[in-house]
Amino acid sequence: MIYVTIDGTPVSVPENTTILDAAKLLGVHIPTLCHHEDLCVAGNCRVCMVEVKGSRTLQASCATPVSDGMEIYTNSRLVRTARKHVIELLLSEHRGDCLRCYRNGNCELQALANEYRIDQGIFIDLHKEDQVDISSPAIQKDDSKCIRCQRCVRACTELQSVGALCVAHKGADMRITTFWDKALAYVVCTNCGQCVTHCPTGALTERNYVEDVWDAIYDPTKHVVVQTAPAIRVSIGEEVGMEPGQRVTKKLVTALRRLGFNSVLDTDFTADLTIVEEGNELLHRLTKAIRDKEDVALPMITSCSPGWIKYIEHEFSNHLDHLSTCKSPQQMFGPLAKTYYAEKIGVDPKDMVVVSIMPCTAKKFEAARPEMMASGLRDVDYVLTTRELGLMIRQAGIDFTKLEDGDYDSILGTSTGAGAIFGATGGVMEAALRTAYELVTGREIPFENLNVKPVRGLAGVKEATLKIEGTLEKYKFLEGVELRVAIGHGLANARKIMKQLERGESPYHFIEIMACPGGCVGGGGQPIPTTDEIRMKRANAIYDEDEKMQYRKSHENPEIIAVYENFLKEPLGHKSHELLHTTYVKREKN
Amino acid sequence: MNAHQERVNLIFEKIDTLGLMEKVMKLGNDKILEYIKESGLKGRGGAGFPTYLKWKLAADQKSDMKYVICNADEGEPGTFKDRKILEEQADKVFTGMAICAKVIGAPEGYVYLRGEYNYLVPLLTTKMNTFNEEMQKLGLNFTLYLRSGSGAYICGEETALIESMEGYRGEARNKPPYPVEKGYLGKPTVINNVETLVYCAMIVLNEGGKFKTFGTEISAGSKVFSVSGDADVEGIYELELGMTIQEFVDLFGDGDTKAVQVGGASGFCVPRKKFKETIIGFEGVPTGGSMMLFNSTRSMYHILMNYMEFMQEESCGQCTPCRVGCQQLVKGIQAIKHKKRPASYLDDLVKLAKTMRVASKCGLGQSVANPFISIVENFREEIIY
Repeated sequence: MIYVTIDGTPVSVPENTTILDAAKLLGVHIPTLCHHEDLCVAGNCRVCMVEVKGSRTLQASCATPVSDGMEIYTNSRLVRTARKHVIELLLSEHRGDCLRCYRNGNCELQALANEYRIDQGIFIDLHKEDQVDISSPAIQKDDSKCIRCQRCVRACTELQSVGALCVAHKGADMRITTFWDKALAYVVCTNCGQCVTHCPTGALTERNYVEDVWDAIYDPTKHVVVQTAPAIRVSIGEEVGMEPGQRVTKKLVTALRRLGFNSVLDTDFTADLTIVEEGNELLHRLTKAIRDKEDVALPMITSCSPGWIKYIEHEFSNHLDHLSTCKSPQQMFGPLAKTYYAEKIGVDPKDMVVVSIMPCTAKKFEAARPEMMASGLRDVDYVLTTRELGLMIRQAGIDFTKLEDGDYDSILGTSTGAGAIFGATGGVMEAALRTAYELVTGREIPFENLNVKPVRGLAGVKEATLKIEGTLEKYKFLEGVELRVAIGHGLANARKIMKQLERGESPYHFIEIMACPGGCVGGGGQPIPTTDEIRMKRANAIYDEDEKMQYRKSHENPEIIAVYENFLKEPLGHKSHELLHTTYVKREKN
Repeated sequence: MNAHQERVNLIFEKIDTLGLMEKVMKLGNDKILEYIKESGLKGRGGAGFPTYLKWKLAADQKSDMKYVICNADEGEPGTFKDRKILEEQADKVFTGMAICAKVIGAPEGYVYLRGEYNYLVPLLTTKMNTFNEEMQKLGLNFTLYLRSGSGAYICGEETALIESMEGYRGEARNKPPYPVEKGYLGKPTVINNVETLVYCAMIVLNEGGKFKTFGTEISAGSKVFSVSGDADVEGIYELELGMTIQEFVDLFGDGDTKAVQVGGASGFCVPRKKFKETIIGFEGVPTGGSMMLFNSTRSMYHILMNYMEFMQEESCGQCTPCRVGCQQLVKGIQAIKHKKRPASYLDDLVKLAKTMRVASKCGLGQSVANPFISIVENFREEIIY
């Protein structure tokens, strides 16, 4: 243990504790800006500096480990003066039209300025009017609001191992940019949005489509359908002032109806559909590989996460055949809405607008992919993040906490617990195992209360083995086979899994990959801040949602059964192929 | 020429480097460290960390790999001494590195050469190859390599230099950990500048003795100065530490010297009225060796602007006080000059410079205050009017 005093109070902490963390133990708040618990230490904004007795200079508390006998002062005159200077310097470089900023009210720089009451800047305004980069359908970059804290760079490089963003130039010209200064749409950016959730200001945001959705809602000739992703119902509460990890599904439905959406439906339904299609696809591949000894691509890898899809298209494009051909739940929903559902409710698909509420910024890109027109029209018209929906709810003056409960509309609105758990890392795997095991053996998966615990949690790469025993006649060849699965979340972990596959050492049959740390609960479209603690709270709420559901296995969803009976006929059938499956493209590595 | 210039000749003295290394191989590491300690040598890069201590700390580290790096990224405006040392005495630099390598147990050494000095690459490569062969024959497990910088001033800062060597952008790292604990590729690393390494070789050659007879108690020994500006005899001179600026100006000035900038753009400006009381050394104005003389025809405003614009451009930009602070200082003094801000704004800028001194991440940002405050305080009228 290391003994130090902070502002005169003694505290003992383990070796290698930073001054910042030691201060937290004492309840001493030290402001930070470039620091984020997801990311490596930077120590470059200098907001968190403190005075250490005997040291010639102030120390960045986020980057300085305590040493024995250290006397630390977090609020001395020198510290306060320097800190105020630093905040004023940051403001002088930042385009300060807060009132017109998307992050107004949720900006860390603004909060600091407020805390230190920087009411009149003494320094000269240095901000440069930059062209806002709106080349990407998912992410918008405005350098004039950038404070160069490099949180986005660290998120992109370290957390995601993508490296689309980097630091370039030096001195006054230093800024965050891309390879060769290309626009975001033309670099390896996966649109995952982790840069956005880690940006403390409005420099990086999602492309905001709120006004387009309002326009559609106000247009009386349009039938506006909304679908909500699994992770939304445990995170939208945060956008309207609630604690992280609140389950608010029924209030969410009511809110959407109040906003004026004509049909309030559920992406969880198509999550179930994905499981049925993908589960059958896995069994199909296993049959070919094990029974027929044919050369098929195993392991099969999930394709629900559009950030992950774009990543593999850039980085491992020789292995696209490992991807499941299933579209993501969002993109299964779109064509079903504009064919099956439109017909059922008697609306011309041309007059239908499909809006989805996603925890994800990459979904905006996915919806805009040219192949996503299976219905003959653009399958999904607008994608809003959790944050954008929160904005609409606030704009509409809805007191969310007081809303009465509501239920999703029918036909594409019934879902199961299996669909719900798509929102957390390991969820797709768990849902798939529940269905696949039962298809093969006719019995429920042998885990207590269907909860496949080994695939849950925030470990970077999770593995599980499931021995298949007592198979039905059709799947006799699988008797005794040990099904090996892996789950990766965050693209840095995806890279590890793909490197293993590339070396020919992947021992798995089935792999789930989600682009964002924690899966969709930690998605790039989720409320800011998102930390591991918050990811866990949202995930726990999702598992809670699952346990409370009437149906917990995708293939038992009565509407899924109905959609196959009335429309699709059979999994992997002709209609499924047309509407629910897709192809991938090779993309450049830079 | 005069007494001060003639007394010292350690850096450019021709010596038998191979003979020295043969001697070194027979010496115990403790003995070598003792020589260096006794000499009182402090790093000649400007920061003045005791060289003995740096070597000792690295020697005490347990590690499967260690490195010695020669910082030949001479970038301070007004210095050109390392260039001449490398041109004329590369073997002595290498010998200093080899001695360090033996003491700390480093099998590899790197010379990090300033990009602008790339014309030296063929010469240094040839000499390095010969040196490596000689070390092998002597039985010393030590190989030297050459690395070129790309011309960023910040890469003279030791941790930025390491980042650059590792293939990253030149940015200073957080300290601790210091390079002697975690340096190049995360391994214990000693980084000394060119001149320091040559002095180490000379100190071991002379068994510690001669070096200490020069200089003062606090600033032992001699050092090499690059003299430029309004000087009659600009050039490179090896002088004792501890002389006053007045003595220095008597040697090199033209009789009309109004200020001396000691230590380049990151150093201090000494005005005429303080020439007599200011000692060149760690008890007064420490320096990496750049000495610029200005006579009365020079505008201190332009000199200050020149330094500040240099710093504004060469800041790596990662930390706020340095990146934005430099820009504010440049814009600020311009605004005062053009009457867009009152003269009293200069006081705000001095306060800002003082914050930069304590709040910046590395030596670059911390030292911007040196020229700024020393020029502004001594030549306030020239800056305002």
